Amino acid sequence: MRSITRYAVVVAAIGLIALGWGCGKKAEVPAEKTSIDIKGSDTMVNLMSELAEAYMKANPGKQIAVTGGGSGTGIAAMLNGTTDICASSRALSEKEVGLAKEKQLTPSEFVIGMDGLAVFVNPANPVDSLTLEQVKNIFQAQVTDWKDVGGNAGKIVAHSRESNSGTYVYFKEHVLNKGDFANDVRLMTSTAALVQELSTNVNGIGYGGEAYGKEGKVKALKIKKDANAAAVAPVEANVLNGSYPISRPLFLYTGSMPSGLAKKFIDFCNSPQGQGIVREVGYVPVKG
Amino acid sequence: MSILIVALVFLFLGRESIPFVQSHGLSEIFNEIWRPVSFENEQFGMLALITGSLLVTLLATIIAVPFGVVSAIYIAEMASPIEREIWKPVIEMLAGIPSVVLGFFGLVVVAPLVKSVFHLDSGLNALTGAILLALMAIPTIITISEDAIRNVPQSYKEASYSLGASKLQTIWKVTVPAALSGIVAAVMLGLGRVVGETMAVMMVTGNAAVITFDPTQSVRTMTATVAAEMGEVPFGSDHYHALFLIGVLLLMMTFALNMVAQRVLKKYRIG
Repeated sequence: MRSITRYAVVVAAIGLIALGWGCGKKAEVPAEKTSIDIKGSDTMVNLMSELAEAYMKANPGKQIAVTGGGSGTGIAAMLNGTTDICASSRALSEKEVGLAKEKQLTPSEFVIGMDGLAVFVNPANPVDSLTLEQVKNIFQAQVTDWKDVGGNAGKIVAHSRESNSGTYVYFKEHVLNKGDFANDVRLMTSTAALVQELSTNVNGIGYGGEAYGKEGKVKALKIKKDANAAAVAPVEANVLNGSYPISRPLFLYTGSMPSGLAKKFIDFCNSPQGQGIVREVGYVPVKG
Repeated sequence: MSILIVALVFLFLGRESIPFVQSHGLSEIFNEIWRPVSFENEQFGMLALITGSLLVTLLATIIAVPFGVVSAIYIAEMASPIEREIWKPVIEMLAGIPSVVLGFFGLVVVAPLVKSVFHLDSGLNALTGAILLALMAIPTIITISEDAIRNVPQSYKEASYSLGASKLQTIWKVTVPAALSGIVAAVMLGLGRVVGETMAVMMVTGNAAVITFDPTQSVRTMTATVAAEMGEVPFGSDHYHALFLIGVLLLMMTFALNMVAQRVLKKYRIG
């Protein structure tokens, strides 16, 4: 009997302490918003979650919720005022700018990184550059032999990422102009596996974030926007100045000049620590 | 209890896949093109995935069964006790290699080897996948068949020898038939691992969803499809429900395999 009583007392005590702690927390009236929402680009979901996690770790008590849905969804949410920050892998369209004016919003734009996609081949492949058109034709199996694009005779073996990857969707949208990959394109589970395979296959071709080409296991091709344009190498400088054709800025948008937590978070993204995370996730940082 | 769990799994998978059957119909299973993410036209034909799984499994069986059974016979009947002490732990260790590690080994070593031996465009194909799967099934086949062979009563063999049969004759005509139920069970268990294996296959088969029975072509298995796509699929979409339907098909396949194994076991049961 006595032990049960003692048990009850302990439980009650724990309950009271917990209750008190909970009330104490609630009692702190927030000086500013302690939670914000980020919505938008699926490509950027990973990056934004990493940034949000790092920020929350450094600033306990602040909550940042990140959801995807696509750049368009994010922008619509921002215009409707249902999200604090919109992550977008494209700039606002004219229509969206018009909509914002109608709602008397003045969206602020921040670029937190660049996304550059390199087209990789085996280092022994004599081909150094391709036009965007040629790349598209290769991945849609309209060109199947390297000799048709200036290389040695040999059947082209195309490698893509799995369909769950943001890179896959981006490549499909911007290089294949929303067309489909050919059926016999091999789908690799990771960019690392893709690079490993290309390093042993002379006739292989694949794509991935430009950072994967730095080790020298594969050769990143120079890309020409069209047949007459200059061939541009996918190095950080060319990605940054926009001359490399398969790259895009990663934007954050707010409905008006950001303040409070939203401003602090955007500042964090552009801080050396935030930019370090941008590089870790596989994008090109815009500052330092 | 375990029956209840299996029934619940079936029920859950079935419930999640019904919306797909309602919107696309069962005939979609036999459509040829699997293209779940597309700006133009999403297609959920599963025939290529089914043939992919079948091809890899069949090839793996062709490689694993002769190797496994012959090794088991050797270890059980011919090897000296010292050899046996060395081989058994080595084989059991092979069984313990995680499939990701085996997959990486396949990607770095087996795929380039297959490519250069057969003069192919790429080493990422059904054959490479089958070799890795055979490596996984062989330890199971050896361990269980060896037990079965060693459990054949000594009196059977002695009777055979006393009739003047040689050692090889005894093994093929007496010992192996007597242990057949155990060997079949071993093969079926090995096959079970092969059909359900995901990671190693996903890393080396190339995962292109094409219908082919050519071992040097890239294939996409059902398990690899579910594993690769489930993580990012929008919840409640057609694609999501289609993946569950693949799960149902996969479960039915292993179920059928087990039923056949049971039948075979009954038929050959000795005594």
